Amino acid sequence: MTENSPVVSVTNLIKQFGRFAALRGVTAEFSGGKIYAILGDNGAGKTTLLRTLAGLSQPSSGAVTILGAKKFHDICQHVGYMAHPSLLYDEMSAMENLRYFARLYGISGGGISSGTRCGEVIRAVGLDPDLVRPVGQYSQGMKQRMSLARALLNDPKVLLLDEPFSNVDVHSANEMVQLLARIRDDGKTIFIVTHQAALLEKVADEFVWMEYGEIVERTRELKVESKA
Amino acid sequence: MSSPAGITRATLLKDLRLEWRSKDAINSMLFFSLLVVVVFSFSFDPSAEESRQIAGGLIWVAFLFAAVVALNQTWAREIRNQVLDAYRVSPAPANSLFLAKTLGNFIFVGVLEALMTPLFIIFYRLRSLGPIWQLGLVAVLGTWALVVNGTFFAAMSLRTRSREIMLPLLLFPISIPALLAMVQATTAVLVGEGARFWIVLLVTYDLVFTTVCLLLFETVLNAE
Amino acid sequence: MKKAFPIFAVLTAVLLSYALYEALIGAPTEQTMGNVQRIFYYHVPSAWTAFILFFVNFGASVYYLIKRCSTADIVALVSAEVGVVFCTVVLVTGPIWARPVWGIWWTWDMRLTSTLVLWLIYVSYLFLRRFSSSGQTPLLAAVLAVLGALCVPFVYFSIWFFRTQHPQPVMGDGGSIDPRMLHVLLLNWLAFSCFAFLVCWSRYRLETLQREVDQAHALESLIGPRGGVR
Repeated sequence: MTENSPVVSVTNLIKQFGRFAALRGVTAEFSGGKIYAILGDNGAGKTTLLRTLAGLSQPSSGAVTILGAKKFHDICQHVGYMAHPSLLYDEMSAMENLRYFARLYGISGGGISSGTRCGEVIRAVGLDPDLVRPVGQYSQGMKQRMSLARALLNDPKVLLLDEPFSNVDVHSANEMVQLLARIRDDGKTIFIVTHQAALLEKVADEFVWMEYGEIVERTRELKVESKA
Repeated sequence: MSSPAGITRATLLKDLRLEWRSKDAINSMLFFSLLVVVVFSFSFDPSAEESRQIAGGLIWVAFLFAAVVALNQTWAREIRNQVLDAYRVSPAPANSLFLAKTLGNFIFVGVLEALMTPLFIIFYRLRSLGPIWQLGLVAVLGTWALVVNGTFFAAMSLRTRSREIMLPLLLFPISIPALLAMVQATTAVLVGEGARFWIVLLVTYDLVFTTVCLLLFETVLNAE
Repeated sequence: MKKAFPIFAVLTAVLLSYALYEALIGAPTEQTMGNVQRIFYYHVPSAWTAFILFFVNFGASVYYLIKRCSTADIVALVSAEVGVVFCTVVLVTGPIWARPVWGIWWTWDMRLTSTLVLWLIYVSYLFLRRFSSSGQTPLLAAVLAVLGALCVPFVYFSIWFFRTQHPQPVMGDGGSIDPRMLHVLLLNWLAFSCFAFLVCWSRYRLETLQREVDQAHALESLIGPRGGVR
C-alpha cells in the first residue's frame, strides 16, 4: 500500500432490507491520517456504512477495501470499533473488561504486558484503572470513555466510532475529542458518526453528509446552515 | 497471539465468573430444579406402576425444559450493550466463542440435571437394574446433543423476531432422534436391557452435529 | 419459456385426470381392505414427491451456502413450501386410511412417524424464513436446511430401531404388490411430480418478481429525484 492510496475505499455499496435500502450505492475514498465526521438525519445510512466498514454488516452488493484488504478479518487487528451501546460487560470492572478484550486481540494473555496496556488506555481516556466498580455503574460519560479505551486497546490504525458523544457530559465529550485529535496527529484515521457536529467543528478534517443512503456532500468546513 | 483454545478458556471462565457473581441466577436455578420435579410428580403420579416405567422419558422432558430455560439466556449478556459486536470485530475466531458458550451451557444444564436427578430418584423410587455408569454416559451424550444444537439455534434466533419462541421451535424437531435415543437408552439401562444401539446413535449424532455446528457457526454469527 | 408453462399445465391436468381415473376406477380392488386402499395411490406418491422436494431443498441450500446465489435461495424456498404441502397430504391421508382399516386414527407406524418428524423440521424451516429479518433470511434458512437434512438419516434410523423393539400395525404395502397396482402407483407419482414441478415453477416466478419489485422499490432514489418523498 503506497503513501497515496486511500485507507478506506467503498465502491457502489448497497444494503437492502426488503423494500428499504439503507445504502443506495455509496462510492467514496478516504485517505489516511484524518478525522472524518459522518453526518446526516436518522435513517440516512450512517450507522449502516460504519458497520459495513467494521465488517459487522455484509453489503447486499458492492465492495469495501480497508487498509488494502477486501476481507475485514484480514486487517481486524488494526481496526477499532465503538458504538453508542458500551460494548462492555456491565458486571465487570474496567480492568477485567479490558483484560478480556486484550485476550481476544492476543495482547499477551494475562501477565504484566496486558495489564500495562489496559492501564495505559484507561489512563489515556482520563479514567482510573484501579476502579473496581463494575462498569455498569459508571455514568454515561465514563462508559463512553471506557468504550473508547476498549477500541484503542489494539492500537488501531483505523478507528470507527458510532455516536461516541451521545448523552455524554460536555467535559467527557471534550476530553474525548482532544484525545481523538491527538490520535489523528499520530497518523491514525478516524471515522465518527455523530449528531453533534459542533463538537468536531475545530477538529474534523472533513464532514461527510449522508442522505437517504447516499453521500451527498463532502465539505472541509461545517456550514452553519447545514443540518447538524 | 492468543490461541483459539486460550480464547475459549478465557471466554468460558469469564462467563462462569459473571454467572457466579449474579448470585440470583444460582438461587433461582436451585429452586427451579425443585419446582420442575415437584410439578412432574403431581402430573405423573409416582406411585403408579406406569410412571416408574416411563421415568426415563419424564426425566428427559424435565431436562429438556431446564435446557431451554438455560439456552434462552445464552446470549443475553452479549446482546445487552451489543458486546457481541466487540467480539466480532476482534481477531478472535467465532468457533472459540461457540465452544465457550456450549461448554458453559453444558455446565449450567449439567448442574440443573445433577440437582434434579436425586429428587427424581427419591420421588419416583427409581432403581437401576443396569450399570449406573451407562446412565452417566447417556446423560453426558444427551445433554451435549441438546446443548450443542441449542446454543447454535439460540445464536440463530438472535436474528429473528420472537427470539424466545424461535429457539424451541427450531431445536425440538431436529432434536427428536436424539431425544428418542436418550429416553430409550435411559429406560433400557433402568430396566437392565442393552442400550448399545442408542448410545452409538447418540455418539454419532453428537459427532455429526458438533462438526456441522462448528463449520457453520461463523456464517450464522456474521449474518447481518 | 413463457409459452411452455401453459402447455405444461394442460399436460399435467390431463395426466392428473388420467391418474385419478386409474386410481379410483381403473386399478383393481384390493383384497382385504377394499376400496379404502385406493388412498394408497395418494399417500405413497405424495410421500415420494415430498422427499424429492426436500432433497432439492437440501441441494439448493448447500449451493446457496457456497455461491450465495439468489436463484438457489428461491429454489430452496419454493421446494420447501411445496414439499411441506405434499408432506401434509401424507399426514392427512394416513389417518384417513388407518381409521377404517385398523380402527385407530394414528399408528406410530415407521413411515408415518418419520414423515411427521420431517414435516416438523420443514415447518420449522418455514417459520424461520418468516420470522427472520429479510437481510439474513437466505443464509440462516440455508444453514437450517443443511442441519435438517443431516437429521433425516437419524430420524429414520432411530424410528426404525424403535419400531423393531416396539412393533405396531404397519400401514401400506406389506409384501409384494400386484403389477397393475404398481403401474397405477407409478402413474400417480408421475402426475404428482409434474404437478409439483408446475406449482414450484409458478411459485418461483412469483417470488422472483416479488424480489425484483422490492429491489426496485428500495433503490428508487438512484433514478428518482434526490431527497424526494417516498
